[in-house]
Amino acid sequence: MSDVVEKTLTALPGLFDSQTGAAKITNRLRQLIKSITELTSKHEEENLIKKELSAMKEQVSSPNTTMKQMREIMVRAMYCEMLGYDASFTYIHAIKLAQQGSVLEKRVGYLAVSLFLNEGHELLLLLVNTVLKDLQSTNLIEACMALTVVAQVFPKDMIPAVLPLVEDKLSHPKEIIRRKAVLALYKFYLIAPNQVQHIHAKFRKALCDKDPGVMTSSLHIYLQLIRESPDSYKDLTGSFVTILKQVVGGKLPVDFNYHSVPAPWLQIQLLRILSLLGKEDQSTSELMYEVLDESLRRAEMNHNITYAILFECVKTVYTIHPKAELLEKAARCIGNFVLSPKINLKYLGLKALTYVVQHDAKLALQHQMTIIECLDHSDFTIKRETLELLFRITNAQNVTVIVEKMLNFLRSCNDEHTIIHLVGKVAELAEKFAPDNSWFIQTMNDVFSIGGDLLQQDVPNNFLRLLAEGSESKEEDDQLRLYAVDSYLTVLKGHTSHLPQCFLQVMSWVLGEYAHLQESMDQREVTRLLTQLLDQRSVSSETRVWILSALTKIFEGQTDLILDLAESLSSSQDTVLRQQAQELRHFSQDSQLHEWVLPRGAPWDGIEVDSSLSFLDGFVSEALAAGAAPYKPPHQRQEELCEDRALNLEPYSFSLPVSLSSCSITDRQSPTLLSVSSGLSGNSTELSQKAGSSTLILEGVKRVWGKDGYLPQKEATAPLVDEPSAAVQPPSQQEAAERTEPQPEPSTQNQDKQQLASSLFVGLGVGSSMSLLGKSEAPPPRFRKKPRPHESSSSSSSGTSERSSDSSSRSSRNTTDSFLYGSLLEEEPATSISAFDHTPKSTTANGLAQNKDTKEDRHANTSQILGGDMVIVRPNTIQDKHPPPVSSDLTALLPTDLKDLPHSDVISLTSDPSLSLSSCRLFRDEALLLVIFISNCTETVIKDVAVQLSCEELETASLRGNVVDCLEARSTSVCHYALLMDDPHTNVSFTGTVSYQTQPGHTNTLPFSGTLSTADFIRPLVVTTEEYGKLWLSLSHDVKQNLKLLTDAGDPLRTTLNALKDALKLHVVDIIGSEGIVACRLLSGAPCLLHCRVNGAALAMWLRSPHPALPDCILYHCQRALAQH
Amino acid sequence: MIKFILMVNKQGQTRLSKYYEQVELGKRAALEADVVRGCLARRKEECSFVEYKDYKLVYRQYAALFIVVGITENENELSIYELVHNFVEVLDKYFSRVSELDIMFSLDKVHIILDEMILNGHIVETNKNRILAPLLALDKMAES
Repeated sequence: MSDVVEKTLTALPGLFDSQTGAAKITNRLRQLIKSITELTSKHEEENLIKKELSAMKEQVSSPNTTMKQMREIMVRAMYCEMLGYDASFTYIHAIKLAQQGSVLEKRVGYLAVSLFLNEGHELLLLLVNTVLKDLQSTNLIEACMALTVVAQVFPKDMIPAVLPLVEDKLSHPKEIIRRKAVLALYKFYLIAPNQVQHIHAKFRKALCDKDPGVMTSSLHIYLQLIRESPDSYKDLTGSFVTILKQVVGGKLPVDFNYHSVPAPWLQIQLLRILSLLGKEDQSTSELMYEVLDESLRRAEMNHNITYAILFECVKTVYTIHPKAELLEKAARCIGNFVLSPKINLKYLGLKALTYVVQHDAKLALQHQMTIIECLDHSDFTIKRETLELLFRITNAQNVTVIVEKMLNFLRSCNDEHTIIHLVGKVAELAEKFAPDNSWFIQTMNDVFSIGGDLLQQDVPNNFLRLLAEGSESKEEDDQLRLYAVDSYLTVLKGHTSHLPQCFLQVMSWVLGEYAHLQESMDQREVTRLLTQLLDQRSVSSETRVWILSALTKIFEGQTDLILDLAESLSSSQDTVLRQQAQELRHFSQDSQLHEWVLPRGAPWDGIEVDSSLSFLDGFVSEALAAGAAPYKPPHQRQEELCEDRALNLEPYSFSLPVSLSSCSITDRQSPTLLSVSSGLSGNSTELSQKAGSSTLILEGVKRVWGKDGYLPQKEATAPLVDEPSAAVQPPSQQEAAERTEPQPEPSTQNQDKQQLASSLFVGLGVGSSMSLLGKSEAPPPRFRKKPRPHESSSSSSSGTSERSSDSSSRSSRNTTDSFLYGSLLEEEPATSISAFDHTPKSTTANGLAQNKDTKEDRHANTSQILGGDMVIVRPNTIQDKHPPPVSSDLTALLPTDLKDLPHSDVISLTSDPSLSLSSCRLFRDEALLLVIFISNCTETVIKDVAVQLSCEELETASLRGNVVDCLEARSTSVCHYALLMDDPHTNVSFTGTVSYQTQPGHTNTLPFSGTLSTADFIRPLVVTTEEYGKLWLSLSHDVKQNLKLLTDAGDPLRTTLNALKDALKLHVVDIIGSEGIVACRLLSGAPCLLHCRVNGAALAMWLRSPHPALPDCILYHCQRALAQH
Repeated sequence: MIKFILMVNKQGQTRLSKYYEQVELGKRAALEADVVRGCLARRKEECSFVEYKDYKLVYRQYAALFIVVGITENENELSIYELVHNFVEVLDKYFSRVSELDIMFSLDKVHIILDEMILNGHIVETNKNRILAPLLALDKMAES
């Protein structure tokens, strides 16, 4: 196809003179293009464009410029912007051109707008009217271009203005208009999903459109929707399968073919959708086996595009629930790819293999020779993909060979992004599979020297933490540490000027902590090597701090040397260094203090930090007693400032009460603050006594600055505080790393490929699935991190969240029916609390359970890839035996003062054999009360029941009863929470836990979660028609939308409004003729006014509110309420 | 997803650029230079896909002109490679034997064609007749 572009620049002069082709365009543009082709330097380009821009500026401001000339100016502006020069003065003219030009000019105007302006540009607002006009135009071309621009750039806030028009176009007789309308709606869905919530039925219509183009466009929407929640669209699987069948079978018109392949990109899109639907779902997958088989069979033609389809097909086959026959065919396909002499196909084959080995590592075995060839391929991209593949199949047996290959590649690579990416992987593999200490340290040395200061921060962090925390066996840990020390001493004895800062920091920390383990070595030598580093100019001041703190730990017995050093550094320009030098000097003079502050070999995680600063309580109370102002947190200060500012606008007579109130705030605040901190101090002093040195240090630090200024005698104790924090957050990259010559490694150059293969693919099994299964249980990661307190808590919390979603999905199955039924009968808010949890987690949990047996080996494999840290949570099967008892008579237990409030049904939140939790929502004017019933299902007493509830989006306050000391057998306790919503969210979910003790000392926790909707927080706003009118004018944010009108009764407007009133607790202010006004508010906060008008068969609703997001939310719930009616 | 499409000649001069994800004007020139360098450095027998930062480049050469497409990791490289060819075939059909100069002189029309094929980084139309229909209608109306 290279002959396509065969007219070359040599033909240029002829073209300019000739009357064909270029003749139509005007002089100035022709001149510009000619000059651009003749450019020889950046400087020339700059001059040319500057001149051009000023000429254009003159032209656009001239009143005589015609629209035709304007079109040409736009093209010239495109050239300027394309070359990187700002032509923003033309933007407004682009909009004008779109507004006023005739068709072609108009199109160029729109084009310029889409090229120049990004979403959110303020000038786009000026385009809205033009778009509206063109959308209503009878001229197809105009409507078409308006739809195009709407799908490209359109201000989000103005979507409601065009939405009805775009919606109308869905039933336009011309396919191109329908197609573009679907694409515009897709764009709306991406930027404002709430707005198109009601059109989902129309999307389905588009999917079934008789025109294949319209159907194709709707697939973009479906791919997106299905990606977000595959479960909701399983029913469409049959349709997608049928469509694919028809496409593959050649049922489309011939002009959809590309090189005789029917609509290849459509096929690819469909295959992607199918893979999402069939993932971990056997019954859905079964629907598609036939068509996938057909696709694999049909795509035999030797053309790139058929391979592209095949690739997608193979991915789908390996993603959905497996079928042996298909897997075999897909594997054969991959074979064809990988063995192809065409390099692009080989690449695709490797990519497919990389994807597939996650599920079936055996496949890599089949192609081992090809993989090895690719590893030495001259093409960078191929090599890179091969390494990615090898990374996926690494295990304890082949790790040395694979890591060596990766390091070799890294040494010859100079692409920053690749280095960062790959070095991280090497570190990961080394930590997971290292066969021995020496190899591990050596590899990490390579990682640090190659990755240098490009490294992600967590690589050195993890490494140091691993060394410091160690494993269960102290002996082994010390061996590793000793090896590291030896290795670093060797490195430091060589040339050090090229070593990256990050490596130097790691080395100095390790030497500082563990050099004493090496008893055969004179510590003076270590000190010498470290001080030598300090003299190097290439060492950054941050690294110097690390080195100095290492020296502080090990200087013992070398006071002279240290004093010299401290002396020389005390004049350093870097304040941190200077401070450290001071500390060093103090330590060297007081060995007792040194021993006390930096005890050698102290457990690394034994350091307690009293973050509540409770040791300062005495100081604070003294200060308060002496008349100091109590501390206020920043946000409170800010609030008070705002209050003050608001105050100034009021007349003076009001100042007294307000100042009183601010006074009362501080008065109220201070004692509680004090009591809280002293409450904490009880605990922390206990801790600090145990921890000894560390708390002392903190105290020392704080006393550095006294009332009268600096207290020099106390400053010596800072380093330890400084040092661990430095270890946790290592340095910013200040100097570019120099690549180092790697450590000598056994050369594999001469090794036979066959030999390499056997070492690379060892451990992948001889093809038996038995070995695959065994693999996941095979050697655990060599360096298993000691569980740290916060790590274990985080892992257990992830465990609980999984369990909670599991249990909630379980309980949802039990209660959904009765609950839905009940809520419809009661005409409660349409979306009341449900224990639904549509997180992907719960679906995977289900999927896992279903396919457990057949997919055992796959999952075993994945878990190995994921690493040894994965926590597998077994669902609590006991729950099944005890279905949560939902009893409606629980409402009788409501406190008397709350009994009269309107409330929802009682629904079960969660339960286990001992406790069951149910909840009920009470609608109070200023808040939503969430009442939680805790029932003891056992015959024994349950002690120390404590409920914790949290919700990110809401303000929660526990009113009473969330801690119960003793819950009698078969009794129920009630606790309630007040929930406030400041910013509207369509749905919010809350989570919580209840902890209790059935036997003393044995605490159980039971997680629960639920969802609330805005509807729960909407309250009627009772106003008169006049007040409504006044309020209406004062509100700024408005949204318009057409809603469904309920036409099944005599008065559709009244019926619809009553339905909304019942569902959302709105207040219907007045109904006059075909119009109705309705008001509501968010709890006792922002009001929202709704103006409804019957418009044909629809209800035109106009919402206004001071809160920008509230109308959208209410609209969403109105749509749902009407849809469910 | 498609992030951008570039048409660049062997000298590294940009002949067309279209971004589907916002890139600041000032950063475009540097990005384009980087991309071109990456593609020009490759030999004929190497594959048409290059890793660039966190995305992939798919390039195809027509005489002195390179067409480079930046895509995300989840995109199918080979299908994009063929999409480029489909684009060139469409141009060829419209201009009857397209050349670099045709593209330069009709920059706006090339963009209009591209808008029909790719929208917001998604492939929306590949049927040649349908791609060209709006533009041909425009031409007709402009003539009359």
